Formats: sequence, structure tokens, C-alpha cells
Amino acid sequence: MNYTDPIQVARDAGKHTHHFHGGLRLRHNKRISCGIPVERPALPEILAVPLLQHLGGDVAEPLVKAGDRVLKGQQIGRCEPCPVVHAPTSGTVEAVEDRLMTHITGMTGPCVVIRPDGKEQWVELEPISDVQNASPDTLINQLQECGLVGLGGAVFPTHIKALDGREKRIHTLILNGAECEPYISCDEMLMREQPDKIVLGARILRRALGAERVVIAIEDQMGAVREALTYAADCAECKSVKVVKVTKIYPEGGERQLIQVLTGLEVPFGGRPTDLGLLVQNVATAAAFAEAVTEGKPLIERYVTVTGNGISQPRNLLALIGTPFSHLVKACGGYTEDVARLVVGGPLMGYPVSSDATPMVKAANCILALTQRDIAAPQAEMPCIRCGECSRACPATLLPQQLHLQIKHGLWDEATEYGLTACIECGCCDIVCPSHIPLVDWFRYGKGELRQRAAEAQASDLARKRFEAREARLLRTKQERAEDMALRKQMLKDKATREGRAKKTNGDPADA
Amino acid sequence: MLTGIATLTVLALAFGLGLGWAGIRLRVRADPVAERIDALLPQTQCGQCDFSGCRPYAEAIAKTEADINQCPPGGAAGIRALADLLGCQAKPLNPDNGEEKPKTLVVIDEQHCIGCTLCIQACPVDAIVGASKLMHTVIESECTGCNLCLPPCPVDCIDVLEIATGISQWRSPRPLALAAAQ
Repeated sequence: MNYTDPIQVARDAGKHTHHFHGGLRLRHNKRISCGIPVERPALPEILAVPLLQHLGGDVAEPLVKAGDRVLKGQQIGRCEPCPVVHAPTSGTVEAVEDRLMTHITGMTGPCVVIRPDGKEQWVELEPISDVQNASPDTLINQLQECGLVGLGGAVFPTHIKALDGREKRIHTLILNGAECEPYISCDEMLMREQPDKIVLGARILRRALGAERVVIAIEDQMGAVREALTYAADCAECKSVKVVKVTKIYPEGGERQLIQVLTGLEVPFGGRPTDLGLLVQNVATAAAFAEAVTEGKPLIERYVTVTGNGISQPRNLLALIGTPFSHLVKACGGYTEDVARLVVGGPLMGYPVSSDATPMVKAANCILALTQRDIAAPQAEMPCIRCGECSRACPATLLPQQLHLQIKHGLWDEATEYGLTACIECGCCDIVCPSHIPLVDWFRYGKGELRQRAAEAQASDLARKRFEAREARLLRTKQERAEDMALRKQMLKDKATREGRAKKTNGDPADA
Repeated sequence: MLTGIATLTVLALAFGLGLGWAGIRLRVRADPVAERIDALLPQTQCGQCDFSGCRPYAEAIAKTEADINQCPPGGAAGIRALADLLGCQAKPLNPDNGEEKPKTLVVIDEQHCIGCTLCIQACPVDAIVGASKLMHTVIESECTGCNLCLPPCPVDCIDVLEIATGISQWRSPRPLALAAAQ
């Protein structure tokens, strides 16, 4: 058999399209929100900007306090090495306090609450003046300074990913415009309206990463988008940029699935796309990067789809981070009468929130209002009949039925061995399961449990080492003390015998 | 006949010598059972099991001098894991050793610390730093929550804290089974 180096194969990304295992063809419901051009809604009365808006790492330290005046784009929170948080508009800081966060639990967390003054006064921005000759480090540093995170929904800090990509010497940058989840159309609208920005961002990012080429992947059903992007990429400097259409099968917008579609290769289990010389970024991230470099503009707003049957006028908005959802819904004509549930993200991977006071964050690509008719009545869970539908649908080629049983019975080693950590929580197995088993909920629980167990094992290993080191030290000091004592006793004894001998030779004056 | 006996005797001698040599030279120093028990213990080093730490308790279990239900930080799950390893029946935690509680941390109130170093000496994992007549402080990431530093403190300036459960620490709960169809 002819062995070919996967990195070499990956260089041909986008030449042919391939298939990945499983996946589903879903009704996409995107049209309803694509009819109206994107606009900025009016300024809300109050903005609450959460200080934790990226994946992993710590909460940013607030740089402002209640009563401070802030300018649009001013830094209001930072920590190393996480992306900086900026003020979305000019105004007064009303408080730095715990407020409702955009999270599945509805927990509170530290937010900077800003009351806008309506002037929209910008702080002095620092664009990179000479983009052509700027060093990659300057460009990557700009990613952090402008608070860029992956805008596909995972919000991983872009500068960390970029540094890793540079280190691993990637050859191809893939821009992910394959927005596969139903209802969400914010990337599609962005690609239609700002293709130049995306292509420019792609070119600068390619240079910052040291990659050779860029592949922009879009779905085959985004008619106008391909024209727009191809037109934008039709220039002398854009030779390295290629637009590729991929077939619409959920979840082909997943990082690993997209790579498989473009290259025919699977990212190894436990590995990362950089192992194949690839790096995937969302198209919106590239557009934000173009703005960050050419204008110095930080990430303070993003395209968001406000849609669903529970919204009067579904559309896309360019929303400031920190805007309450209720304000965005109002800008879309408000709720319909039969609205029943508000979801952040798409219908498959999103999560319901309990209140529409939840603030807009960098991660939120869609606000979905569902009516009672859209929500399937919760079905009673029935025993697994081992039909295997879930494994046929799983895009990560796992065995969901097996993993479900292992998690249920606490067989953690087996679950790890069967690749629980490779689950992307896409929800395909949930949809096809005839027994209505909430498989993804089980996998989320299982993954949390595995993380917890790993953390505990690490802590106990550390404690064991420290305990053993202390025991060894105590033993050593005890021995040293004993030796010291013995030595001293010996010395005293020696002294005593010496003195005794001296007495004998000199004769005792008292005796004389 | 004689050759047979001779061959077998020689072989028996050779194998006997080989085994004897292996028995002396290849002896496993540490007790492998104690090692595996120790790996299951939570390493809090709190001494609630009546031994000076997790390792001594593991050795005592390996010698069947101690029962498996004396570790409150390990709790019911820890007892079950030990029972699985040793092939015996799991039993409820011995109440004489204490009760199962969520893991905690200690924090020294630095305003009131007099720098007596008594807590430093009590800490089984060297997680407290400080010097005589100078303020002490707990290294949070290394504190096991054993609370052994509390009794020696002469000014009672050490507080027990619940471990914070913010968004970063949140974990997805175990799914509940929906009630059977109406």
C-alpha cells in the first residue's frame, strides 16, 4: 500500500469535497431571517458587559469602577493571557457587579454595567499603520488587544489558537462559513454584506499565521454568497484565497467535520487540526480581524440572528455586546403571541435561557424564540433497544448507545476508551433515537464528570507527592538531630575524659 | 533409568537455584496492594482514619489491620472503589471516623495571624508558607482541606471556606429520567 503523508494530503484541502460519517439533512429555516438588510438597533438604555466571554482561563479583571466615564472601544477588563474586554459605547459605568450571565444555568457573574450617553464617542483607536510590513507577532498581539475570540460559538481566544498554529507551521487556513445549524444565518448575511472584509481579514490572518493558502468553505445553498465572495477574492493579491462550496449536511460546520469534507482526512482522536497543518477560523472572526488591523476597532459588536416563529420580524442585527436580548427582540418587532421559549444558539446546540434580560455576548450567534408548536412535547424515555440508529448518525463515529450505558453505570475508564471526549454534542443521536433517550445530556454530564475526575486525580497526586516529600524531610531532620545529639554526647564524653586525664597528669591542686 | 533420575535431579537443582536467585534479587520492595489502595484514597492526609496519612492507612488495609470504611473524605464512592479492588463487601462509613462532607479550603485571616508557625508544622502537605513572627498564608491550590491546622492555632484566625462554584466550575448534571408515559 502506498503511504501518503496526511499533511501532504491536507495541502489539497478543497480540491475535491468528501463525506463524513453520519450527519442529518435538516430543514434549515434560514430564509425567514435573510430578507432584511442588517442594521444596528438603537442604543439600549443599559448595557451589561460580562467580564468572562471566552472559553477557558480566568475572568478578566475590571479596569473601571462605578462612576467612571468610558469611551466607545475603551478597555474595561483584561487578564493575561485572555482577550481584552471593551466598552461597547460611550457612557458612564453604573456598577461593576454580578449580573445574569448568558449561560445555561442562568448563573450570575461579574459584569460592567454601562449607561450610554448617546454620543457614541470613540476612544483613540490604534490601527496597524503598515499592514504589509507588520510582523506576525504585531498582528497576533492585535488579536488579543482587540478581544478577538472564535465567533462560531466556541469563543476560544483567537490569539492563542494563532500562536499555536504558527508554532505548528500550518500550511492552510480554513475559513468556516458553513453555518449548518437550522435557523442561524448571521454568517451568511455577513458574507453577503461584507465579503471584502472577510477576504481582507483572511489575507492578513494568513500572513500572521505563516500559512500558504486560505480556503473559505460555504454551503451550496448560499446562492448569492458564493458570487459575492468570489468577486471579492478576484484580485491580484488574492491568488491564495479559494472559495469552496460544500454540501449541506448537519453538522458539516463542525471543525473536524469540515476538515473531513475538504480533505477526506480525519483529525486524529485527541489531536488537533494543526496536526494536519490546518487551522480553522470562523468567517466572522476574519472580518473582525480585518477591522481590528485596519481600523484598530475592537470586537464590541457582532452579527446576530434573531429568529424563530416567536419573533414578529425575524432578521439579523449588528448588536453591541452587552445589549439585553429583550432590546434586540424589540428591534425585531417584538414577540408573537404564542412565544414559549427563548434559546441562545441554534435549536440543536443552543440552550434555553430563563430571562430576556440576558446580555448579548461574543458567543451568541442566534437568539431563537420558539412557540409551543415548535417544541416537541418531552417524551418519556424508554429503554435502549440497540437499534444502532445513533451510531449511524454520529458524525464523530462514536457508539452513543454504548457510551450511554457506560456513563449511566459509572464505567469511566471504558467511556474514555470509547472516545467520550470526542463527542461534539451535535445532537444527531438525540434526534434519531426512537426511545427518546436524552443522549447528549448524558454525554455532557459524562464529560463534566471525566474532567472533574481528572482534576481530582491531579490534585491527589500533588498532595501525595507533597506528603511524601514532607515525610522524607521530617525523617531526615530527625536523623540529623539524632546524629547531632550523638556527636555532641561524644564530644562531651571526650572532653570529660580529656579533663580527667589532665587532672591526673597535672595533679589536683586541691589534693596537693 | 539412572539417566532419567540424573537429568531430573539436575533440572530440579537448576530451577531451584534459579527460583531462589529470583526470589532474592527480583523481590518487589513496595507492597503492590498497598500501592493500589493508596491510589484510590483521596490523599487529603487528614488523619481521620486514625492513621497519620493516606499511605499508612493504605498499608494497614493491605495488612488487613484496618477496615475499608474509615475514610470520610473518600466517602461512599471511595469505599465502593476499595471494595471493588479488594473483592469484599462495601459497607457504610464508620461514624467514629467522621462524616462525608464536601471538600473545603482554609484561609488565614492575615490581620490576626501572630506568626506562631504552629499551623505550618501541622500541615501535612506543606501548603502553608510563612516564618516565625511573620504573617502566614495558605497556598490555595495545594490545600487538601484536611483542617489539621485549625486546632493548633492559638488565635483562631483560620477560616474554613466552601470551594467556590462559579460558572467556570459548573458541570452538567446527571439527566433525570422523565416519568413514564401518562
